[in-house]
Amino acid sequence: MSLWSRISYSLRSERLNREIEEELQSHIAEAIASGRDPEEARRTFGSILRQREAGHSIRVAGWLESLLADVRFGWRQLCRNKVTTAAAVLSLALGIGSCVAAFRLIDALLWRPLPIANASKLYVLTRKLTGLEGKPIEDGYWSTPDFNLMRNAAKDQADLIAISDADRTDITWATGGSSDDDIEKVHVASVSGNMFPLFGLEPSLGRLLSPADDRALGMSPYAVLSWDYWNHRFGRDPHILGRSVHIDDQTFEIIGVGPRDFTGTEKGTVTDIFLPLGMNRIATQEGATWHHIFLMLKPGVNPGTALEPLRQHLSAVSHTFESQCSACFRGVPQATIDRLLDKKLVVTPAGAGVSDLQKEYRRLLGVLGLLVVLVLLIACVNVANMMTAQAAARAHEMALRISIGAGRRRLVQLILCQSALLALFASVLGALFAAWSAPFVLNLVSPPDNPARLDLPADWRVLLFGFALILLVVLLLGLLPALRASAVRPVAALKGGKDPHSSRRLMRGAIALQVAFCCLVLFLSSLFVASFQRLQNRPLGFSTDRLLLLQTVAGKGQLPVVWNQTTEALRAVPGVSSVGLAGWPLLGRIQINSEISINNAPPSPTPAFFLNVSPSWRSTMKIPLIAGRDFSPQDTSPGAAIVNETFAKTFFPGQDPIGRTFERGAGQPPNKIIGVTPDISYHDLREPTRAVFYVPFNQINDKGMPTAAGFATFVIHTESQNPLTLAETLRQFIAQRHSGLRVSNVTTELDLFRDQTVRERLLATLAAFFAAVALLLAGIGLYAVLNYSVLQRRREIGIRMAIGSTRAGIVRLVTFDVFLTIAFGGVAGVALGFGAARYAATLFYQVKATDADMIALPACAILLTALVASLPAVLRALRTDPTEILRAE
Amino acid sequence: MAKTDSLQGSLDLLVLKLLSRRPRLHGYAIMAAIATTSGEVLRAEEGSLYPALYRMEEAGWIRAEWVKKDTGRRARVYELTAAGKKQLDAEESRWQSVSGAINRVLQVLSEA
Repeated sequence: MSLWSRISYSLRSERLNREIEEELQSHIAEAIASGRDPEEARRTFGSILRQREAGHSIRVAGWLESLLADVRFGWRQLCRNKVTTAAAVLSLALGIGSCVAAFRLIDALLWRPLPIANASKLYVLTRKLTGLEGKPIEDGYWSTPDFNLMRNAAKDQADLIAISDADRTDITWATGGSSDDDIEKVHVASVSGNMFPLFGLEPSLGRLLSPADDRALGMSPYAVLSWDYWNHRFGRDPHILGRSVHIDDQTFEIIGVGPRDFTGTEKGTVTDIFLPLGMNRIATQEGATWHHIFLMLKPGVNPGTALEPLRQHLSAVSHTFESQCSACFRGVPQATIDRLLDKKLVVTPAGAGVSDLQKEYRRLLGVLGLLVVLVLLIACVNVANMMTAQAAARAHEMALRISIGAGRRRLVQLILCQSALLALFASVLGALFAAWSAPFVLNLVSPPDNPARLDLPADWRVLLFGFALILLVVLLLGLLPALRASAVRPVAALKGGKDPHSSRRLMRGAIALQVAFCCLVLFLSSLFVASFQRLQNRPLGFSTDRLLLLQTVAGKGQLPVVWNQTTEALRAVPGVSSVGLAGWPLLGRIQINSEISINNAPPSPTPAFFLNVSPSWRSTMKIPLIAGRDFSPQDTSPGAAIVNETFAKTFFPGQDPIGRTFERGAGQPPNKIIGVTPDISYHDLREPTRAVFYVPFNQINDKGMPTAAGFATFVIHTESQNPLTLAETLRQFIAQRHSGLRVSNVTTELDLFRDQTVRERLLATLAAFFAAVALLLAGIGLYAVLNYSVLQRRREIGIRMAIGSTRAGIVRLVTFDVFLTIAFGGVAGVALGFGAARYAATLFYQVKATDADMIALPACAILLTALVASLPAVLRALRTDPTEILRAE
Repeated sequence: MAKTDSLQGSLDLLVLKLLSRRPRLHGYAIMAAIATTSGEVLRAEEGSLYPALYRMEEAGWIRAEWVKKDTGRRARVYELTAAGKKQLDAEESRWQSVSGAINRVLQVLSEA
């Protein structure tokens, strides 16, 4: 209570003074009233002012009062230079806001532990091996029989948990009458029954899956909903228990709802439905690797000593399983088998979950973090420079304050107050910026038909980071100018003869730092922008213009004739200019490779990729034919094939491929090459050109009978500019035309193409934005320093001019060492850039850090900025009037 | 004008004791009461009385309140708090033991 009253008195210091004075006056009045002589009473009382001061100092918190005075003074200082203050606050806000936003994204995706018990004891098992194209890859998928063996082998020290990816799946809720509209897409994951208990999760409703649900195929048709799905789809309806849901051709009964926070182990994807692992048919196949394996150490097991022996043990078990697995490598050459078996089992901490989003964006977020930290540093250096200039301008005032007895501590406090005020305003603005920008960036990276969902809470982790950041900013901003200002030697400063170079030296160091950071940001962003442009302008080999893609499924499969008739019917719909049919879209998420053997020789180690297409597909995609002919409706697969140039060069080097045959694996029926097309981007824009062959959509079996296809994609070239306007009409048209066909996903070829460049686009956009900000800040900083130095050296310039220095001499005097500093900073920046570029190399596309234009671009930008920024200062120096200066001094 | 503060160290005790007997006194009244009850021997200077009052108020031993007087002037009156009461007991017993001890020393030395 006492401290509180002292603080509250400090805040109302004037009122306190009045009160004390009134009390003292009433004392004197009492004295007079009781018969004392007025003069004598006043005299014995002494100086009212002194008494008041003595009383005042007891009743207030002195430190607080001086702090308040400093804050008030700092506020007045900031108000006096409104433009500078606004610029400082804005640049700091941008820096702080970007840093917090980047932290939110990085923390949410990569660092934040899953909301489960013992997240720190959770690991994931992967394997490092050499991939099909000879590059090292990391394989995170395992087969269930292998998992069961490993689970038994590890059971003394750890529990193994199988969790599949949460795949987007078509489901229908049993409602009685089922219509097409009942189908919805949700994320379904298969998990082993021990997941919920080991993660320490409690049901919100009903029960969760348990180890007892890991029974043989078809024995546990139970499903658990995630709280999130239950909430937004069913409004937390408790009657959900016992309802049935159809997934593929199976029916599951809802037995419970998971805990509120748990959305699966795949960061960026919210799992809607959990199914028992054993209910998936793939679980019985030895050769099908389809789920992740997590490892949870048992209580009391020391990860430091137990993990490595456990890893070796599991590796041996898995290796034995795979080398004995007959189904795994059917028809694969021994050399390839040996290569695929030569793998290393890796155990990685997975407390923050495992997802493709993490893998894909880890580096990008790292680079983004670096960029925002650099921008914040540049902004800090800028503001610190501004404050140094102000402090230097106040050298007289500081000297005076020290001479009349101000403590140096108090002076430091004065300046720190000012920087804290700046940081405070900046952080309020920055918090708003971060609140908006983190979800905004997350939105940018998600494809519209399958948005990334990531919880971005603003909890104590973010707050703590924010506070640490603000503290750092205050120290960066204030400490240097504060120490400098308080080191003022009053005698020298008041005489006006103090060393005029000291503060400039400091500011020049700051400029070098700023230019180095700016150069680094520019260098990286030019690399990212160039990567994006090259990727964006890469020739695809086909047109993405006005192409609607209707990904269609056919339950138990439909014969090619049904698909072909539907294709014909679609062609007649108004607004459709041409229609093709393909197994799946180009640049979609599907790629399937096939072995190639020539004349029934053993398959070559190089795989080729294929696509089954209808005769009109090639012309709809605007892929030209180099040689031969297109498919006709009579062509079948196996039978005829069209290949791309790389295929021809790989398998028939130096020969005319037309008329030659190849088999898809030893002992398979031959395919005769009837045409050759140019190379196209098949699956991924970044991939090297691949050998691709096309086979007719009409597939026949050994006996020459047509076989049914379960899915295909209608590729529709529309007359209208926006193909999506036709989507709903065509979707209904297909459903009415044939009840066995159902459109499960609608997209456009252009969207698929854009999805491929999302990461590069994001990085290029953000990097360009931060580069512009960095350049602007560096320009402002340079301008301020030069301007200040000219102001300070007015006397020197005047004297030089008076004794006959040329204009060129003056310009050199003013700019020479600053440009030297810039050159120094620039070189340092590029050197740092090379280091950073090595880290970010995987994000580049066809650019190298050593490309001359990648270095020239930032260098030119910096130079240009420096020229523009130094112009006003140079003009001011040249306009110095020697007579006026000399008279004034 | 050398004023020796005859109350050094014991002003707090006197003020607390006074307020425990006669609550709601203003500064002048406290000063006057110390003078009269001590038979004009002890005198609290204004320069030490008010700082002492403020200090004790901050320590929470006494609390102050503004009252309107008949003359129209406001006066600030003080009264003892519970914490002040405890403090008074402590100070009083400390004073008793110290002054008793000093008396004993004086006695022993004068007899010798």
